[in-house]
Amino acid sequence: MPYIANTDSDRAEMFAAIGCRDFAEMWQRAQVTEPVPTLEALPQGMSEPELLQLFQKLSQQNHSGLLSFLGGGYYDHLIPAALDAIISRSEFYTAYTPYQPEASQGTLQTIYEYQSAICRLTGMQVANASLYDGGSAVFEAALLSKRVTRRSQIIISAAVSPTFRAMLRTYSACQDLAIREIPVAPDRLCDDLEALEQAITSDTAAVILQYPNFFGCIPDFAAVTAKAKSLRALSIAVCYPTALALLQPPGELNFDLAVGEAQPLGLSLACGGPYLGFMAVKAEYMRKMPGRIAGRTTDLDGKTAYVLTLQAREQHIRRENAMSNICSNQNLCALTALVYLTLLGKQGFQDIAQQCASKTAFLRQCLAAIPEIKVLGEGNFFNELTLELPGPAGKFVQQALQKGCAPGLPLGLYYPGREKQLLVAVTEKRTRAEITTLANILKEAAWN
Amino acid sequence: MELIFARSRPGRRAYNLPKLDVPAQDCLPDALRRAKPVALPEVTELDAARHFTNLSRLNFGVDSHFYPLGSCTMKYNPKAHEAIARMPGFTTPHPRLLEIPEGSDALQGSLEVLYREERFLSELFGFAETTLQPMAGANGEFTGVMLIAAWCKKHGQTQRNVMLIPDSAHGTNPASAAQAGFICREIKSDAGGNLDLQDLKAKLGPEVAGLMLTCPNTVGMFNHDVKAICDLVHQAGGLCYCDGANANAIVGRVRPGDLGFDVMHVNVHKTFSTPHGGGGPGAGPVCVQEILQPFLPKPRIVQKTDGTFALESNCPDSIGQIAPFLGSFAVLLRSCAYMLTLGREGMRRVSENAVLNANYLRVKLAPFFDQQITRDCMHECVFSATRSKDNGVHALDIAKALIDRGFHPPTIYFPLIIPEALMIEPTETESKETLDAFIAAMQEIASLAASDPQALLQAPISTPVRRLDETGAARHPDLASLGD
Amino acid sequence: MKYYSEDHEWVEVNGEIATIGITKYAAEELGDLTFVELPSVDDSFQAGDILATVESVKAASDVYSPISGVVSEINEVLETEPERVNEDPEGEGWICKFKGLDQEDLDKLMSAEEYEKFLQSL
Repeated sequence: MPYIANTDSDRAEMFAAIGCRDFAEMWQRAQVTEPVPTLEALPQGMSEPELLQLFQKLSQQNHSGLLSFLGGGYYDHLIPAALDAIISRSEFYTAYTPYQPEASQGTLQTIYEYQSAICRLTGMQVANASLYDGGSAVFEAALLSKRVTRRSQIIISAAVSPTFRAMLRTYSACQDLAIREIPVAPDRLCDDLEALEQAITSDTAAVILQYPNFFGCIPDFAAVTAKAKSLRALSIAVCYPTALALLQPPGELNFDLAVGEAQPLGLSLACGGPYLGFMAVKAEYMRKMPGRIAGRTTDLDGKTAYVLTLQAREQHIRRENAMSNICSNQNLCALTALVYLTLLGKQGFQDIAQQCASKTAFLRQCLAAIPEIKVLGEGNFFNELTLELPGPAGKFVQQALQKGCAPGLPLGLYYPGREKQLLVAVTEKRTRAEITTLANILKEAAWN
Repeated sequence: MELIFARSRPGRRAYNLPKLDVPAQDCLPDALRRAKPVALPEVTELDAARHFTNLSRLNFGVDSHFYPLGSCTMKYNPKAHEAIARMPGFTTPHPRLLEIPEGSDALQGSLEVLYREERFLSELFGFAETTLQPMAGANGEFTGVMLIAAWCKKHGQTQRNVMLIPDSAHGTNPASAAQAGFICREIKSDAGGNLDLQDLKAKLGPEVAGLMLTCPNTVGMFNHDVKAICDLVHQAGGLCYCDGANANAIVGRVRPGDLGFDVMHVNVHKTFSTPHGGGGPGAGPVCVQEILQPFLPKPRIVQKTDGTFALESNCPDSIGQIAPFLGSFAVLLRSCAYMLTLGREGMRRVSENAVLNANYLRVKLAPFFDQQITRDCMHECVFSATRSKDNGVHALDIAKALIDRGFHPPTIYFPLIIPEALMIEPTETESKETLDAFIAAMQEIASLAASDPQALLQAPISTPVRRLDETGAARHPDLASLGD
Repeated sequence: MKYYSEDHEWVEVNGEIATIGITKYAAEELGDLTFVELPSVDDSFQAGDILATVESVKAASDVYSPISGVVSEINEVLETEPERVNEDPEGEGWICKFKGLDQEDLDKLMSAEEYEKFLQSL
């Protein structure tokens, strides 16, 4: 039997040692008296070649060759080949939570380095060892603001990812959190800054804002965060980490917390996960953060060493009063992000973001030349553009899929009133030729 | 080792980008730009490879060491499943394809994998339906208790706001229940980890939504009275939640759904051999009986009459979205491959051999360490390091001494109801020779604890660092190197 | 006058102001403290409310307010040096001061001798 070491003679010796005849007696002595289930829905086991062949076939039933302009917070970026080689060290991936620091310095130091990289990226002082994904990180940020302010109202802009907002609603359903979404008019791409500012009151725990927002727009939130500060509410920034290579970090913009989805930092899109939620905060909220945190300390001999710390916040100590129920982090994903940022480096990371921005500008120029199509919004966009099409965007997407292209997201899926709008994303991976192909598909589309 | 940031030298690069094939331009005004580039390392690929490789060598992992961490099921992670998870057809697709019209057609392979896995898990654990969305065990617990809350609400039972949780439970149980809005009420356990039935009866009532029970329990024992417990909770109008953390003990042999549980989470990184990753990513599928099916997270994967797979979002009673899409796909993929490798018979062999290995350790170690419970265990055995306490040798010291002998220590100081607990879970993938070597090391440590305790209090002596200042770390936290 | 509670807090009254802390016994039981979460000045408490939380590496424990009152001063030193509680729990390791005292609350507490006896009974 695969992956089981005991031979018949091993088993015979072991049964003799424990004083059992066989498995049947062993179960009985362990008080397991239930009938053995038949498990008919499970097939017989497979050999490795059969297994690989089956999954090869299944993987080919995914259309992975699509020319994709899909984004919406999850992006197809270049991934250095060295990355997978490094994270495939089985000393990393077959270890568990570093409960025994003497046997886990590798994991612990990489967590500390990851936390450092996230702080440097966000301009914050403290980061945790990671959360499941961007959406759960937004929820954890909302909970943190409730703990700190002892208030329960959350203001969130509708220009924050619809995925994150949907998760926030699910996760908060049984919490004493009142979530108020501030809509964005269907003809606008920038958040409704005035309404956001007005919505903040002395009952507000936090205001949640995203930049670049779901439409790729980068608003100036200064007035909103200033209002929040004046009423002692927290400002939470949801960030696309790649954009932070170019943009002012939340730590320099009056935000108290920065969270987001770090999939773009070297993680495969992988049909939906696993992904990586990051969270970084100002120093004063350090002890209110959820999740694991590694710290630098010394050992018995005075050597520098790393250890999980501030554990009194966590579920295994504080149980129902813990900051969160989270137990592990997304450790291997956090390592992936760290190795990605290391391999790209100071210059490479900036170059990637600059290329994204350049290609977005090029895309805008290509599309502006198509008379039937209107590129919405002026000014500050990072790598998403919103197009107003002559007909329903969903129908156009179906046509384009037939041609092997996923041209973008029909915004009507997420925002009523935007049925003719298409959200198109580019990264450094989309070539000039591919962008031109998209423009041609749009030119040739049948709108009636 | 120095930090990766300290290896940085201006001008070094590890990766070359393709030349920009469009004009360099952007529309970001200076006011929005950061003043300085992000202070990331500037290193060569060799610098990075050497730094991380050398760091990895400071770790114990399953591939390098016996790792009998109780309640964590540190079994071998098959390499073929890693290869499958890296097939480009699985790694490249964008998840938002699932949301666009007819986009599911482009992801039939992935949907089939997930659809099959749901059926396998439902069958293995005796439930009607399974959701794969939860992204970790604790996330599965949260999902499970949210389903119970939704069920209470739907049936006009909103006064049921109490979740009963044994004092022997993992901390995630009360934390998850609290996050789902429940008030936690503790039920006493005896030294065998069995629920105190009198206490349970006293605490059941019209305000109780349910009971969260780990099965087998957290001291590695199978409760023969589980069925009776489920009946009691049901009679009081509540539901029963099974924490599947210990499912490796029963997989293929006992189905919690048959015992009366209404909902259960499974840790695929334990029972189904997906790598622990140094602490994630995992996945925590949740299996439910029919009564909870309407509340499952949406969208649901359905098979159409033509055999193809699609997503159904019209689920009016659903609790909503737990994962951004369908869950930790690449993790679930590995676990599906594992179930297919082992098949029906193989799954049964897993629990049989896991329980045999644990009982072998239990019997062989019994002369050297105290035990609160002496009856046959399931997949893990628990000892108390109480015999050596008077010599100043505690569970922690035994753990550190094991590191010097090339073994990852067992779980210590859990469960809380066992003093000086040492919880040992060998798993089925370890050989008798490995177990014998571990037994010999434990025996030697036990005799040193009596003859030369000082030798153990110094441990570990073979590791790059030893006995860290955890108090200092928490008093004066240094959590990041912030750069200039 | 100095008073003690069954939850191992002490109260020392000086005129209108009471200083509150945890007893030597409690500090020893808790082990090396790593953090003290202090109340804020002007917060008001009823006897039995959670006044502060103390953390060690492996535990978090609540400190209950032994009396009712309004916080007039907190021991800010503890924010950076929680070890003071271990070093001198009934002196420099005080937690906060209360004003607006109620003699009835104090009457319910123990004297030093009574607390000593109480400890022996544990």
